[in-house]
Amino acid sequence: MQNYVDLTVWQVALAAMLMIVNGAISIGLKLKLERTLLIASLRTVIQLTLVGMVLKYIFQLERWYLVLALAAAMTLIAGVTASNRNKRTYPGIRLNTIVSIFVSSWLVTGFALFAVLQGIDKWYQPQYAIPLLGMVLGNTLNGISVGLNTFTEALFTRRTQVESLLAMGATRAEAAAEPLRDAVRTGMIPIINSMMIVGLVSLPGMMTGQLISGMDPMSAVKYQIVIMFLIAGATALGTIGVVWLSYRRLFNERHQFRRDLIR
Amino acid sequence: MLQAFNLTRTSDRHTLLDKASVAVSSGERVALTGASGSGKTVLLRALTMLDPVDSGTVQWNGAEIDDAEVPRFRSRVMYLHQQPASREGTVESVLEEPFQLQIHQKKPFSLQQIVGWLDQLGKSESFLKQSHIDLSGGESQIVALLRAMQLNPNVLLLDEPTSALDSETTRKVESLLVDWAQAASDRAFLWVTHDVQQADRISNRAIRMVDGKLEAV
Repeated sequence: MQNYVDLTVWQVALAAMLMIVNGAISIGLKLKLERTLLIASLRTVIQLTLVGMVLKYIFQLERWYLVLALAAAMTLIAGVTASNRNKRTYPGIRLNTIVSIFVSSWLVTGFALFAVLQGIDKWYQPQYAIPLLGMVLGNTLNGISVGLNTFTEALFTRRTQVESLLAMGATRAEAAAEPLRDAVRTGMIPIINSMMIVGLVSLPGMMTGQLISGMDPMSAVKYQIVIMFLIAGATALGTIGVVWLSYRRLFNERHQFRRDLIR
Repeated sequence: MLQAFNLTRTSDRHTLLDKASVAVSSGERVALTGASGSGKTVLLRALTMLDPVDSGTVQWNGAEIDDAEVPRFRSRVMYLHQQPASREGTVESVLEEPFQLQIHQKKPFSLQQIVGWLDQLGKSESFLKQSHIDLSGGESQIVALLRAMQLNPNVLLLDEPTSALDSETTRKVESLLVDWAQAASDRAFLWVTHDVQQADRISNRAIRMVDGKLEAV
């Protein structure tokens, strides 16, 4: 049974015509964004079509190893993106973002699949596993890159201050305490903000999708509440993880601050 | 007290320290001179283990320092940056800050002592209420110096501590530090300076650094 309208290619093309508005503005105001707009539009179509094909295939086969492989690929891309977004870098940053995004999002998504969503047939049912992980990854990625950026930037700009604490006999934990706290706090602020206004300003994407597909609003809301908590949990874990790993990389056992590693 | 053997450090094939050995004993006031870029700061940083070295060892009272003992060692041998970092808050709060560190927690903050030192430097107590970020370079050098002195270290490693001060205040800081070093038998300092006359005034021994190598003067 299907209680939503399936879109034809022509209907999608009609929506695509909105990009003409963007293009016209770009030309009119000499923004020189036409080319970028065209590429972005094409990427939107191509990437989503490819994902749709992959998902269709995986949804049909329902094999645990395929679900895990897709999940691993998504996690890897998220981890790499998190390190690429960082303004400053240090050797090993990429491994740290991948590890922290992997541990945090898989733990939380696993908790959702095994404990919260009791009643689903199999934990690897792609209909649940993939979208949940995707949403958790997308948001954790944000927290991680914001937290990491704050941490490395704070250490870079306040390096003399951090060092003067070490020079007075501070342990590495004491010397890094302030940047550590700032980074974790900043990383968690976006999700707290969105929890504050969720539903008031915008309806979250997943909830919108469920409503369009005909789900009862109260059921959709329950899913959305679960999602918000999953995202908040994973973001907290991921941010703390990446900041802690960075701290271990940049401050060694000898209580030395390796400021030379931050580029 | 403080001994270093054959400290060597290279960076991008450039030799920063070349088998530098130095000893600072109780009561010694050592002046370290040398051209800019000869490695004086690198040496002080290596002595307090703020940077890793490629080879060589540092000893405190004849023993090498375990990783876990590094903070305690640095509370005994204290390095002062040439350009101290600015902090939020008043001068007084900046001076109190190190007492929050585990290693200095049991020591009391003595306003009286600070005021006494400020008096010697020709500064009034109202200096303590000034905002730290608004201080001049020279004033923040003074704050960093007093902040270290109040923690009662054995050895001060001073990286051009008067470079941003006028000549009158420079003389006052010099006598404050010489008095400090002579006030107890287990104190010493190693003072980096470009000024040969200053070196004469403050030291009872002088060494020179040339291209990462140390030599007696």
